[in-house]
Amino acid sequence: MSNHIHPIASLLAAIARGISGVQVQWAGCEPDERQRIYFANHSSHLDFVVLWSALPAEIRAKTRPIAAKDYWEQTPLRRYLANNVFHAVFLERGSASKAKNPEEFHFVGRHLIDEMAEALGNENSLILFPEGTRGTGEKLGPFRSGLYHLALRRPDAELVPAYLENLNRILPKGEFLPVPMLSLLTFGKPIQVEPAEHKEAFLERAREAVASLRRIGSA
Amino acid sequence: MFGLLHDVKLDWLYGGVLALLLISTLIGSILKNRHKGDASRATIDNLNARIRAWWKMCAIFAVAVLSGRIGALVLFAILSFLAMREYITLVPTRRADHRTLFWSFFVIMPLQYYLIGIQWYGLFAIMIPVLACIFIPPSIAIAGDTEHFLERASKIQFGIMVCVYSLSHAPALLLLRIPGFEGHDARLLLYLVIVDQMSDVLQYVWGKLVGKHKIAWRVSPNKTWEGLAGGVTSATALGTALWWATPFTPLESAGISLMICLLGFAGGLTMSAIKRDIGIKDFGVVIEGHGGILDRIDSLCFAAPIFFHLVRYYFVP
Repeated sequence: MSNHIHPIASLLAAIARGISGVQVQWAGCEPDERQRIYFANHSSHLDFVVLWSALPAEIRAKTRPIAAKDYWEQTPLRRYLANNVFHAVFLERGSASKAKNPEEFHFVGRHLIDEMAEALGNENSLILFPEGTRGTGEKLGPFRSGLYHLALRRPDAELVPAYLENLNRILPKGEFLPVPMLSLLTFGKPIQVEPAEHKEAFLERAREAVASLRRIGSA
Repeated sequence: MFGLLHDVKLDWLYGGVLALLLISTLIGSILKNRHKGDASRATIDNLNARIRAWWKMCAIFAVAVLSGRIGALVLFAILSFLAMREYITLVPTRRADHRTLFWSFFVIMPLQYYLIGIQWYGLFAIMIPVLACIFIPPSIAIAGDTEHFLERASKIQFGIMVCVYSLSHAPALLLLRIPGFEGHDARLLLYLVIVDQMSDVLQYVWGKLVGKHKIAWRVSPNKTWEGLAGGVTSATALGTALWWATPFTPLESAGISLMICLLGFAGGLTMSAIKRDIGIKDFGVVIEGHGGILDRIDSLCFAAPIFFHLVRYYFVP
């Protein structure tokens, strides 16, 4: 992947920032060029673009979203946006979560983690929505296991939690016209998988790390 | 920028505002040096932040109004948009309100300002209180969610009345044809904004200096009877002293200024009550030291429509 920002990506980022009036707060870490996996709550199509636009340009150029293959390959426009504009990493969602034990995971989901680890490469960062799908914005859904396996595979990449607030009201699931309310984005303190920590325990802790960044009550 | 060349009285108004800014900046920096490190430091920093913000606001306002009717319209349309945005962000709405809100922001609001632009007074006057207020409840109902229905409809109606309809009466002043005052309507807008905003500032200053008896402590801990009396009296005196810039006699100017001040107070009090109800201090953090846009213009939202209609009723034949 080239470290070049597509002009449409910059334009969409500017529009998303304008519509969402987002206020960004780095509460637990500072912007950094080191390799990171940003993981956040998901309630709107604006989530990725807003989070991406909040990063400084030189970091943005090396930060790619993880996109659900079934959704983003459905129409030519979606494919173009995901592929050409944002250099998304396509994944078949759900297949890794179905794994019940390490052997089965190894069998079913290995290539997903391979792909994500490969997308990280030597210098890239990723943006991941571990809920796997857009929620209503009121409650954080359970996290899928990809985050855990990726973290084990690439312990060098920093895991940065982020909370996107109010975007579910600006552009909820199922709507295509936005209402320009104000939103908040908070980056939290990086976490890591503790030695011998189980998958469920880690995913719950990661979920808690995201949820704790919420600044105002639900709408 | 034609106004500045043609209209000497307009120059005096702007000059007065500039002088006031310079004096307050000077006082602010003296206070800062005198009270280094003591307990009143936070108040003084807040004061200086407010003064800095005033410079910016006055500059934006001056450029917009001097660039003519369109400039003023665009400025107030943007203010309406930002105020409504802050309001809707903090007032609870539900998923089913989404499309109605979209209409409010992208159809009703621009239309209201467009009607001023094309000088269609009749439709401007009924656009929101009649048409929009009838449109909003059924357009929410059609989305099928009955939870808190009346509250949701009323919240949107109230927001659009205050942030859009009421505020739009300030630039609508530029439509009024007052005999003997043609071409000077920018002064009328400036007069309204100066008296209204100075009333806010002076109530704050008087309240800080001699404020004791709180008016409604639950609503706003900063509003005192002393602050209200001192602020309204001094801002009314200021408005009276500016009669030469308006089509009013000094006595008329006194009455109208008093009304602007009292309505401004009512606006601030009402919006404070809403903020306390939601459980927040300010509507936004856009203007340093002032809270949000809506916190700054709440008084104007209440004063503008009544000022507009008073002038229209008594001074436009």
